[in-house]
Amino acid sequence: MSTKRTLFDKIWDSHIVHQESGKPSLLYIDLHLIHEVTSPQAFEGLRLAGRSIRRPDLTVATVDHNIPTTDRSLPIADPISRQQIETLRENCQNHKITLYDLDSRNQGIVHVIGPELGLTLPGKTIVCGDSHTSTHGAFGALAFGIGTSEVEHVMATQCLPQSKPKTMEVHFKGKLPYGVTAKDVVLHLINQIGTAGATGYVIEYTGEAIRQMSMEERMTICNMSIEAGARAGMIAPDETTFSYLLGRKHSPKDKEWETAVAAWKELATDDDAIYDTRVEIDVTEIAPQVTWGTSPGMGADITQLVPNPASFETSTEQKAAELALQYMGLTAGTPMAEIAIDRVFIGSCTNSRIEDLRAAAEVVAGYQVAATVQAMVVPGSQQVKEQAETEGLHQIFLDAGFEWREAGCSMCLGMNPDIIQPGERCASTSNRNFEGRQGRGGRTHLVSPVMAAAAAIEGHFVDIRNWKFNRKEKADGVTS
Amino acid sequence: MESLRKHIGKVVPLDRAHIDTDAIIPKQFLKRIERSGFGQFLFYEWRFDEAGQPNPDFVLNYPIYQGASILLARENFGCGSSREHAPWSLADYGFRVVIAPSFADIFYNNCFQNGMLPLVLPEKQVQELFERAKEHESYQLTVDVENLVVTDNFGLKYTFELDPYRQHCLVNGLDFIGLTLQHEDKITQYEKTKQLQY
Repeated sequence: MSTKRTLFDKIWDSHIVHQESGKPSLLYIDLHLIHEVTSPQAFEGLRLAGRSIRRPDLTVATVDHNIPTTDRSLPIADPISRQQIETLRENCQNHKITLYDLDSRNQGIVHVIGPELGLTLPGKTIVCGDSHTSTHGAFGALAFGIGTSEVEHVMATQCLPQSKPKTMEVHFKGKLPYGVTAKDVVLHLINQIGTAGATGYVIEYTGEAIRQMSMEERMTICNMSIEAGARAGMIAPDETTFSYLLGRKHSPKDKEWETAVAAWKELATDDDAIYDTRVEIDVTEIAPQVTWGTSPGMGADITQLVPNPASFETSTEQKAAELALQYMGLTAGTPMAEIAIDRVFIGSCTNSRIEDLRAAAEVVAGYQVAATVQAMVVPGSQQVKEQAETEGLHQIFLDAGFEWREAGCSMCLGMNPDIIQPGERCASTSNRNFEGRQGRGGRTHLVSPVMAAAAAIEGHFVDIRNWKFNRKEKADGVTS
Repeated sequence: MESLRKHIGKVVPLDRAHIDTDAIIPKQFLKRIERSGFGQFLFYEWRFDEAGQPNPDFVLNYPIYQGASILLARENFGCGSSREHAPWSLADYGFRVVIAPSFADIFYNNCFQNGMLPLVLPEKQVQELFERAKEHESYQLTVDVENLVVTDNFGLKYTFELDPYRQHCLVNGLDFIGLTLQHEDKITQYEKTKQLQY
């Protein structure tokens, strides 16, 4: 066996608690994030089996999925949502689990607050009952989504039996062109390899384009790994990672920090380590992306046309494309840039961090949202919201006619009152364009924050590379 | 957990690829805090119209497919969210087996936690099953998990693969948490010696 190991191998190996041949490895879990929607049945299961939470100190909770993003001082109107929140409160109190509740300055989307609080650290194993847990892999952690039975399993044992996935290197070579963001890169990847292209694999993202990305951009990439079917997405930690983490609430301090950084530097994949498979993508050839269908892989360049279903290879894919166009109310051959929209959602665990809001605000500054469009910004966390307000970003959005909301998952999945109406078309910075995802009959187009912002102003999709910024001195912001 | 050794049941063909967990169980039904009772919401937006009436054009509503317990679908079944409500709703509706050429990872795992078998067959064989399900009314399959064989009443016989450990757990209805807790001493040892301290 080769002694050269990948980032994934190193974390996997160091977390094996027990191994028997022919059986899954028993892995130790360093951090378990929980939220209101996928945890109640797990707590109930524990109670019925007379089991307790092994490590409440390694378990952290917040509320994000079903909560309203309007006035936090008002009670939650929906009684079922309220009960779910109250159940989490009770459970956390009974089991002595830290909860970042609605009134906390640290509340937010679980995948935004983990990194923000320095809970997400390189080399850790991190799980959460949410598929976008892959986000945390941006820090060089092994992070993946699990179901509620597995949530209960981790609660009871702090371990999970796992079969070892295969490894895939996705190498992004070149520098990102002007107007092309991390979101476009990952949408392009999914379009290329398909929504099941990485099923059974953990992806490690490498290459010059990744190294030049900020942590926010890396999180956007890792976040959508699941949309390519991957178990997890990872990026080796480097100076960008360390400077992001330094001084965060739960990051190691002083002497411990030095020791940690030294250990984190050892995590990078060894030279000549072998991945099970490899994909190379030249990012200089990527254009701003817009999805046209009901699966994240159904996307196109802004300069392209809505495709003809007959152009797909297999009959299954042709049928999928036909159904998608029918649902989306689109005709093959329509230029992507001519698709008019009704709604804009800037938010979600994919694109609701401070950099996303800065980039969108640069586009919006000095303009008005089109009369036909209703647009909203939902910061990923209360900290992001506070930072944005300190920088005056909220005023830019409000002046342009956007709504400015409290932190949560919101219209990404529409579990709270933030939904779109049947037939409405939404430019969304979220991660899934599935049928009904944002509301029954709603039509979702996935785009980057700058593309969503520009669409809000023009009322239809536009090529952000041709955008005329009103505040010229900040125009560079579009590529950040 | 309920064991699954051999299952004989009626097949319902749902001819779509990439059926996501939002389609299987829409988000408005995820607010419940119970594990049961999700079957009534399965495929809700396809199964019911806006007034909540059954959509007669959706295959699950065809009278001939009532009582089906084996779901046949196309590739990448169960993609999207990790919500275990998806297998809960399928199981509560009455499905014990889902057959497709491929499954999304988290959904696949979640099925085994609930005594359900996500059965992978090559695309060609799935196509054959779709054709037979169309051809024969009340088309039935026998899924033998102990011997890894699928048969019908017309001479069809497919063998399939399954990870031996998953097979063992499914056939015996084992409690996964109980199995891990047998290694409690090793977990404690790991925490003492190897666990990350930050």
